[in-house]
Amino acid sequence: MARVVVDVMLKPEILDPQGKAVHGALPRLGFEGVIDVRQGKRFELELDGEVTEERLAEVRRAAETLLSNPVIEDYTVRVEQQ
Amino acid sequence: MKVGVVTFPGSLDDVDARRAVVLAGGEAVTVWHGDNGLDGIDAVVLPGGFSYGDYLRCGAIARFAPVMTHVLDAARAGMPVLGICNGFQILCESHLLPGALIRNQRRRFICRDQRLRIDNTTTSWTSDYTAGAEVTLVLKNGEGGYVADASTLDSLEAEGRVVARYLDGNPNGSVRDIAGITNERGNVVGLMPHPEHSVDPLCGAGRDGLAFFTSVLRTLVIA
Repeated sequence: MARVVVDVMLKPEILDPQGKAVHGALPRLGFEGVIDVRQGKRFELELDGEVTEERLAEVRRAAETLLSNPVIEDYTVRVEQQ
Repeated sequence: MKVGVVTFPGSLDDVDARRAVVLAGGEAVTVWHGDNGLDGIDAVVLPGGFSYGDYLRCGAIARFAPVMTHVLDAARAGMPVLGICNGFQILCESHLLPGALIRNQRRRFICRDQRLRIDNTTTSWTSDYTAGAEVTLVLKNGEGGYVADASTLDSLEAEGRVVARYLDGNPNGSVRDIAGITNERGNVVGLMPHPEHSVDPLCGAGRDGLAFFTSVLRTLVIA
């Protein structure tokens, strides 16, 4: 079994109201010095068997078609060592 | 003329959309998200609501519902398709329309009567309006901020594909006050406000929304 992690973040130029809300809440709780917050999504895909280049390509395809919307989001794919 | 209204798990406004079709003089047909075809249907409405709980992204999962394969094929072949609110989000996720809808700039769910200007009266869904008509429709959304890159926006403007714009203050941070857009052919329209809620003064703001439904019926008769 192997775990592949897909991180999805809004593109830098897209407004992130959720990140802004979190950023606004931090100083109210006494957490100082945070200049900006961007909020994203993390997907953990548990794969059956070995991770091959072919299967990683499949994961990238899934990331592009379903897990992210390329119009507003970027994604990264990495294999997590266990 | 038969106008199909698709019900996804989590759709809310399918009943109102069917009622609007009937008030406009058409025949409303219930379409299920799992249906394998659009037999005998002349136009399709993707209604508002929270399909699949808005999980992942609004409209992202509904896009892959079985019936959507047929909606996409029909839309590309010229069938009139109107996506309202969540339906607009589904059309953007399907790439039938460019751009995307993100969380409202001020992070609040908005529910109000919204003034709009109809900028394009050549689409299948807006031909019964007069150009520049100012109308009031119900607006209710949490993720209604329209975004697209600058070149997409410029080509939308140049081709007159902005169907409606917000007046009297931009409610959700949509770029260039865009409330609705259409595809190149003018048969597919996505709109954030809800014309189906504005068809009967008894239960909504006037009846300014009715012309969306009379427009498509007229378009179908002419075609």
